[in-house]
Amino acid sequence: MRGQPSACEVHTPETLAGALAFRAGNPDWRPLAGGTDLMVPFAAGRLGDQRFLNLWGLRELKGILASEDAVLIGALASYRAIAAHPVIQARLPNLVASARATGALAIQGRGTLGGNLVNGSPAADSPPSLLVYEAEVELASVRGGRWIPYAAFHTGYRANAMAPDELLTCIRVPLPPEGGVHYFRKVGTRQAQAIAKLSLAGWALPRQGRLAEIRLALGSVAPVPVRALHAETVLRGAPLSALPLSAAREALQADIAPIDDLRSSARYRRRVAGNLLEEALAALI
Amino acid sequence: MAEKILLWMTVNGEARSAEVFPMARLLDVIREDWGLTGTKEGCGEGECGACSVILDGVLVNACLIPAVQAQGGELLTVEGLARKGELDPLQEAFLHHGGAQCGFCTPGMLMAGTHLLAQGGPGDEAEARAGLAGNLCRCTGYNRIVDAVLAARREHP
Repeated sequence: MRGQPSACEVHTPETLAGALAFRAGNPDWRPLAGGTDLMVPFAAGRLGDQRFLNLWGLRELKGILASEDAVLIGALASYRAIAAHPVIQARLPNLVASARATGALAIQGRGTLGGNLVNGSPAADSPPSLLVYEAEVELASVRGGRWIPYAAFHTGYRANAMAPDELLTCIRVPLPPEGGVHYFRKVGTRQAQAIAKLSLAGWALPRQGRLAEIRLALGSVAPVPVRALHAETVLRGAPLSALPLSAAREALQADIAPIDDLRSSARYRRRVAGNLLEEALAALI
Repeated sequence: MAEKILLWMTVNGEARSAEVFPMARLLDVIREDWGLTGTKEGCGEGECGACSVILDGVLVNACLIPAVQAQGGELLTVEGLARKGELDPLQEAFLHHGGAQCGFCTPGMLMAGTHLLAQGGPGDEAEARAGLAGNLCRCTGYNRIVDAVLAARREHP
């Protein structure tokens, strides 16, 4: 290991209030949740930070609470807990699919949704599902809490809307109307452990022969996870018997800005994004 | 220079402690401080599963756990499977079905398999493969490993 544990300080608060108070005075201490992302660059000696705010023990942030109209997911809830939750299974199946597509079991039992969002990888598996369900995130500090749409959370490659004294504490996912159809697919080199070449999540509500509502979002095709608003506009309200497939494929190209990297090429991603859109529409109608 | 912490855990049923830096990897504490070298380091980045252990009932990669987050935990490593020199049924099944070749992935496979069995699985081959999907075998002896885990479930339901 090239990381230097001997050079690293860790502060472990016992309560969320204690964590926020510490964060207010020490905004440069990096929050550490389940560690499944951070420990990799740390061990490789690639992480500049040597001071960590260890949030792992904060029970306030581990719960999942379902209400009439939404599910509240504590920032430290694991993928495994998310995938096992009965209301999430029944009403938010894309979140289950995303959680099960993340790493493998040993990652799913330890990695947290909040940590994943703050880590900010555009290739992360849950963001497309959260975008499609129009989730909101709670940002808390000693100044109080505020909710913002998850769609406004990522402001650029690995950059986010959090103020230096804030922590992401909760993810609220509104339950979509029943009768909708859900789609999630991740394309990687292997079913487990792969990081996505790209992924697409969709939710649609067919009604009276038309696509009354449709939401689409993709991962790994832009600096941040993106909602495919152009493609949605082309498809919304269209008759199910004659969906404008090629127009939607073309519009989708304006929603994404993929690059060539070690996992795939921009050309492949553009082509397969269109293929996934067609597959999603076939599944959604 | 950071200050060391006194890490104390229940390891394979016995109380153990070590003075370690808070960001020391649990993997290094297990191997270097406690001398339990059954747990292997493969990739060191959570991809290969060679360092799989069970921490508080959850299968984890020991290379990704900072010591400070293991404080007070209950840990099961591959050394904890055999009792009084007797292999446990999953270890016996690995032997019987040829589930070990070079042996490097075997401790991690055994821990992932133990976790599967403890959860009441695997119900079928697909579940076995999904449960072992985070553990890589570079000898590619997967079929026999899957057979061993399924046999352990059949023979010790």
